[in-house]
Amino acid sequence: MKSRRFIRRRPKDIQMWIGASIVLFFVAIALLAPLLAPYDPLEVVIPRRLQAPSSDHWLGTDDLGRDNLSRILYGARVSLIVGVAATAIGAAIGTVLGIVAGYFGGVKDSIIMRFIDILLAFPGLLLALAIVTVLGSSTRNVILAVAIFAVPSFARIVRGSTLSVKKLEYIDAIRAIGAKDIRIIFVHVLPNILSPIIVQATLNVGGAIVTAAALSFLGVGTPPPTPEWGAMVDRGRAFLIQAPHMIYFPGLMIFLLVVGINMFGDGLRDYLEPKKTR
Amino acid sequence: MLTFTVRRFLQAIPVVLGVSFAVFMMMHMLPGDPAVIMAGEVASPEQIEQMRRNLGLHYPILTQYFRYITNALRGNLGTSIRTDMPVVNEIFDVRFLTTIQLAVTATAASVLIGLMIGIVSVVWRRSFIDTLLMLIALLGLSMPNFWLGVIFINFFSLQMGWLPITGWGTPAQMVMPTLMLGIGGSAVIARMTRASMLEVFNQDYIRTAYAKGATERIVIFRHALRNALIPVITVVGLQFGFLLSGAVISETIFAINGLGRLMVQSLTTRDFPTAQGAILVCSLLFVMVNMMVDITYRFVNKRIDLN
Repeated sequence: MKSRRFIRRRPKDIQMWIGASIVLFFVAIALLAPLLAPYDPLEVVIPRRLQAPSSDHWLGTDDLGRDNLSRILYGARVSLIVGVAATAIGAAIGTVLGIVAGYFGGVKDSIIMRFIDILLAFPGLLLALAIVTVLGSSTRNVILAVAIFAVPSFARIVRGSTLSVKKLEYIDAIRAIGAKDIRIIFVHVLPNILSPIIVQATLNVGGAIVTAAALSFLGVGTPPPTPEWGAMVDRGRAFLIQAPHMIYFPGLMIFLLVVGINMFGDGLRDYLEPKKTR
Repeated sequence: MLTFTVRRFLQAIPVVLGVSFAVFMMMHMLPGDPAVIMAGEVASPEQIEQMRRNLGLHYPILTQYFRYITNALRGNLGTSIRTDMPVVNEIFDVRFLTTIQLAVTATAASVLIGLMIGIVSVVWRRSFIDTLLMLIALLGLSMPNFWLGVIFINFFSLQMGWLPITGWGTPAQMVMPTLMLGIGGSAVIARMTRASMLEVFNQDYIRTAYAKGATERIVIFRHALRNALIPVITVVGLQFGFLLSGAVISETIFAINGLGRLMVQSLTTRDFPTAQGAILVCSLLFVMVNMMVDITYRFVNKRIDLN
């Protein structure tokens, strides 16, 4: 029985490692961009505009003659920072709300969950779009908008897990000894609900990266001239006939990075939450 | 059932009020004084003050919100700064229907493709086909849809000349926006269908069905799928909301005159009454769809309680 389970889980393990390798590759690109980039990503050279991929410019140039490869390498920075930072903020706020709602229950629970319902009532991208427009286009505001967008899913998952942990006998025992709520939450509840939070956080990073890129694509994300993959695809739209390479590569980067994150997240979920393995 | 429906409906009321208040406050935080924008750059201070009074901006903020809501209930969402038309007409004349059509066709496409992939991978579970289909679903899930849209245009319109680049209405115009929006959703539904059906397969009654000599087809379609669909319904409801907001992107890419594009245009031109109205209508629609999903869910599974 044991060996069968092992065999069944192996493909998922492989998937997790492939995912982790892809993500690490992108992290390396982001960190080493200044060393790897053959040109200055912001350098405008009009005579070499819209060049197809060649030995000089491996991924071609854009409409301002900027080197695509260099811009794509630097673009990994914005995407990774936004994805991770937005997820961290969203997870932190969502976890606090979820624990308070689940642990204390009652009025606090009702108020928090109605607030979450309101956040959930904004269909997807709309909330982020409206927030960035209100606050103004900047990478920091994109992070905030995407973070708020992520709060409800964390709050719901954490509330559910807190409710199930709270019912366990050992929590009653600790309370009977006289432990304070805050100690119970930090020492006994939080460590036991970390797995679903970590899994959700991993899977959320991919979605956050796509949402941030979509905002840039719509023209309200990270402002130019900072290299950003979504904005690069948007820019390439106007030159589809002359220079289709302008859209292929930045989009492919978003796609590959998110595939890597999702593969890793799926594998991690099976590893940390085997009960949910199907 | 009736009690459930009424309770679910009552629960939606505070959410709707909260949403409208949030939208109202957000629009108030937009940079730029609407009175100055509406009166024009060359207006005198008196004219701006007059405009402020006309718009009711001199009232305290809560009074303004109350006036907005009572007007909205009477079907008046204000006047567009950009076009000078009533916002209600801007939203409901053409755009509302277009976006609904887009969201419905995309939902239909994602359910159709998703269910098919999910069922096929369950039929050949733990085989090469299953692994391959789930890999495809993972790729579909990770695909940035705006990129897919641009790639579609490049391939199907510019290179092959098969489909028109812009617009909405004819079947040919509907193919690319629908697929672009639907593919992500179909991946989610495929994964959900597969997971949910495999879970059902562990149940005793499935073993009983096999023991009675039922064929694989009968077990899958009559016993497993029917019960496995319950969680899938919820996912479809959630997907509808995502598609509604995803419409912002496909309408922008394919130049479709819908609610999403109206929202982006009005947000970027600071036409705040229109933006406010459009976001409000979209959110209300989403709340309503979720309410219907909950009620349907309850209808197919009587054990579910609101709490």
